Amino acid sequence: MFWQQLVNWINLGAMYALLAIGYTMVYGIVKLINFAHGEIFMAGAFFTWWFMTTFSIPFPVASLMGIMLATLLGVGIERIAYRPLKDAPRFAVVISVLGMSIFLQNMARIVWGAEFQVFEIDFGIPPLLIGSVIIPFKKIFILVTSLILMVALSLFVTKTYLGKAMRATAADREAAEMMGISSNAVIVLTFVVGSSLGAVAGILYAINYNSIDPFMGFNAGMKAFAAAVLGGIGNIYGAMLGGLLLGFFEGAGAAYISSLYRDAVAFAILILALIFRPEGLLGEFKSGEKLKAR
Amino acid sequence: MTMAERFALSRWTIKVAILIACMAVPLVVQSNYAMRVIIYIYLYIVLALGLNVVMGFTGLLNIGHAAFYAMGAYTTAILMTGYGLSFWWTVPIGMGLGVLMGLAIGFPTLRLRDDYLAMVTLGFGQIVYIVANNWMSLTRGPRGIPAIPAPTFELFDWRFVIDNYTRYYYLILFFVALTIFACVRVRDSRVGLAWMAIREDEDVAAVMGIHLGFYKTLAFAFSAALGALAGSFFSVFQSFVSPNSFTILESVVIVTIPILGGLGSIPGTIVGAVLMIGLPEVFRSASEYRMVAVGAFMVLMMILKPEGLFGKKLFQTTYKV
Amino acid sequence: MSLLSVKSLTKVFGGLTAVDKFDLQVTAGEIVGIIGPNGSGKTTFFNVLTGMVAANGGEIYLEGVKDNLLTRKTHEIIACGISRTFQNQRPFNNLSVLENVMVGGHCRTKAGILSALLALPGGRREKRQLMDQALEVMGLFGDRLISMKDRPAWTLSYANRRRLEIARALVSRPKLLLLDEPTAGMNPAESMQMVDKILEINKRGVAVLVIEHDMNFIKKLCHRVVALDYGQKIVEGSFSEVRNHPKVIEAYLGKD
Repeated sequence: MFWQQLVNWINLGAMYALLAIGYTMVYGIVKLINFAHGEIFMAGAFFTWWFMTTFSIPFPVASLMGIMLATLLGVGIERIAYRPLKDAPRFAVVISVLGMSIFLQNMARIVWGAEFQVFEIDFGIPPLLIGSVIIPFKKIFILVTSLILMVALSLFVTKTYLGKAMRATAADREAAEMMGISSNAVIVLTFVVGSSLGAVAGILYAINYNSIDPFMGFNAGMKAFAAAVLGGIGNIYGAMLGGLLLGFFEGAGAAYISSLYRDAVAFAILILALIFRPEGLLGEFKSGEKLKAR
Repeated sequence: MTMAERFALSRWTIKVAILIACMAVPLVVQSNYAMRVIIYIYLYIVLALGLNVVMGFTGLLNIGHAAFYAMGAYTTAILMTGYGLSFWWTVPIGMGLGVLMGLAIGFPTLRLRDDYLAMVTLGFGQIVYIVANNWMSLTRGPRGIPAIPAPTFELFDWRFVIDNYTRYYYLILFFVALTIFACVRVRDSRVGLAWMAIREDEDVAAVMGIHLGFYKTLAFAFSAALGALAGSFFSVFQSFVSPNSFTILESVVIVTIPILGGLGSIPGTIVGAVLMIGLPEVFRSASEYRMVAVGAFMVLMMILKPEGLFGKKLFQTTYKV
Repeated sequence: MSLLSVKSLTKVFGGLTAVDKFDLQVTAGEIVGIIGPNGSGKTTFFNVLTGMVAANGGEIYLEGVKDNLLTRKTHEIIACGISRTFQNQRPFNNLSVLENVMVGGHCRTKAGILSALLALPGGRREKRQLMDQALEVMGLFGDRLISMKDRPAWTLSYANRRRLEIARALVSRPKLLLLDEPTAGMNPAESMQMVDKILEINKRGVAVLVIEHDMNFIKKLCHRVVALDYGQKIVEGSFSEVRNHPKVIEAYLGKD
């Protein structure tokens, strides 16, 4: 029974990890939490679902289109809610992005209704059996996809020029600009990568729970944010670790303590992390940067 | 009479005029529906002014104000229905519990920066919602607490029940007056000045002798007390409380009011409440789009006029993102 | 009589030692200039002294305060008698000039929330007294600040903002005033005016520690000068002693 549950927890953790990476990447460069990130997660799932149900497009193509559209949305968010406020006090950006998040959630509600929509994918592959543990194929799919993406991202960030440009801009924006790296371009790139990962996470989430609703992004987003903070905001590996840990804690908490309050687990972890170890498990703050005000 | 004296006198006459106008409202307004809207406007004035203390005066982003609102509402609901307590006792108890909650959220978040604070307060509000929704034995969860009795005055044989719109109107008007009074007093005091210094530049404020932890926590506690006050009124006015009234969306709506009206400005916040609550009622048929409009409005407001209608020019700091 | 005694103060940022075993004695009523090339640790020293930044080692003793000042919290330091201005001008932008100066007097007043809500006479009296004191301090600069007393601080000119910061720092009647580059961006005439003002302040019994690059200013103003480089004190003495010392010249101009 435990092993069966463990599979679920790891799955959950993997999805949170993917979503958390998006938060952490954007934060690393813009030094601001992207409140609307959860909506990209939701958009990825919804667009894919929409392509599948309205146009009968098969899942693989639909999901690719959904990811692209959601990524486009992510870039749009940067352009509308962030860019005009580049030099504004931080709280203005927070309110703006929050407003964007509210706008998107409710637009989705108006367009598609507030109810849960069924999201059904039939892979046609029978579940795996290990001892007494049954692992449905979709869980394997989710896990493998997540792992592949995390590894790919890791390679991208360490080995490619673009990835290094991103890390340079995150470390010291002015120095990077002087080296000829346009920070605007890097910001857009970050949003692109972060959003596409978020969109994928949304699709995986939909596959896992067989349903979507306009407010799924908010809930999952908060948890992914908690994961990012837990692991160390700005640190991609931290996001992965944080995501996995959060999946574990939430799952274990729901199974062994109380399932009613499972959502509260994430928030509690967030608050505790911010009080006791704001830089997270893997994070370290350079002397200039801090969570503390100004 | 000098210009200054004339000006002071005219301000005083304006205030008296407004007061008289407010007192006369129930005599003039005939429609129950309109009275209801007006009462809700007043309710949100209390909520928004409370939030304004934390956000407008002290510069702390709190997107979980509904938690305090819920605290007051549920305290009144539970104590009145479960223990037969008089409304007038539940108000200070609710405010007291609200203060404790304010301390609980203020204290751990003292050193968090705006965006983190926003997230944490969001999370905190969500936790309160989840608890209200799941703690069946206390709150009856999503079914809510119905049949909350009306507030009554009892003195020997004389009994006065607040059970129609006119009487509720005067009750909320009284609360609004109390709230405005408290906020103006505190704004012009040493405490208010300390809060505003924190808002402007908290590092310098600390060097100038202001104990950041103390004043920030105080701001949350003060704000929470007012939120709870609003909650207590809400629960008797509606005769029913359920977790649905205290979602994140509720907190966000409350947040938009000082933003619209001008962070830190008391008259601005009042105007903001009238607009935010009154206008959508005018466009009743479009209520579906209300939240969409709220979201879009927040974005546009920050881009175009972040200081709000009557606010100070917050952009004039040299501080950048 | 020793007012301030700094012993072996050290501050390290990551790999960089910004203040390196710094010693300093200041007697009451003295005006001490602190010079040194950019990055030599002067402002960092001020930041540590006022509690804005935690020290890594050393002790600071102020007359009238029993323990090591470094064990005190930031907001307690001004109450002990040290206040400061800022190199990059940090007034409270949206507050009026008068309100800005009044904040400086926070540590000398005590009205709390109860007093505020109940409008207790003690609180009101205290506020009026503070306003009077603020106006008096602003009067140091003639009519310049007083005429702008209700305008928001962000509307002030550069020079007036400097004056505002000084007024704000003086309301608490400090024993020691820290001025961080008070004449940056001023022309010679304005700088000399500043010298007069600071001498006036000094006559009222306030010791002054001033960081400056303007040597003329330092020469006219300071009783004693301390030179820093790479966080260490390299020379200390009268202006002429320090100015012509080979180490100082080397610090500013580099080795041959």
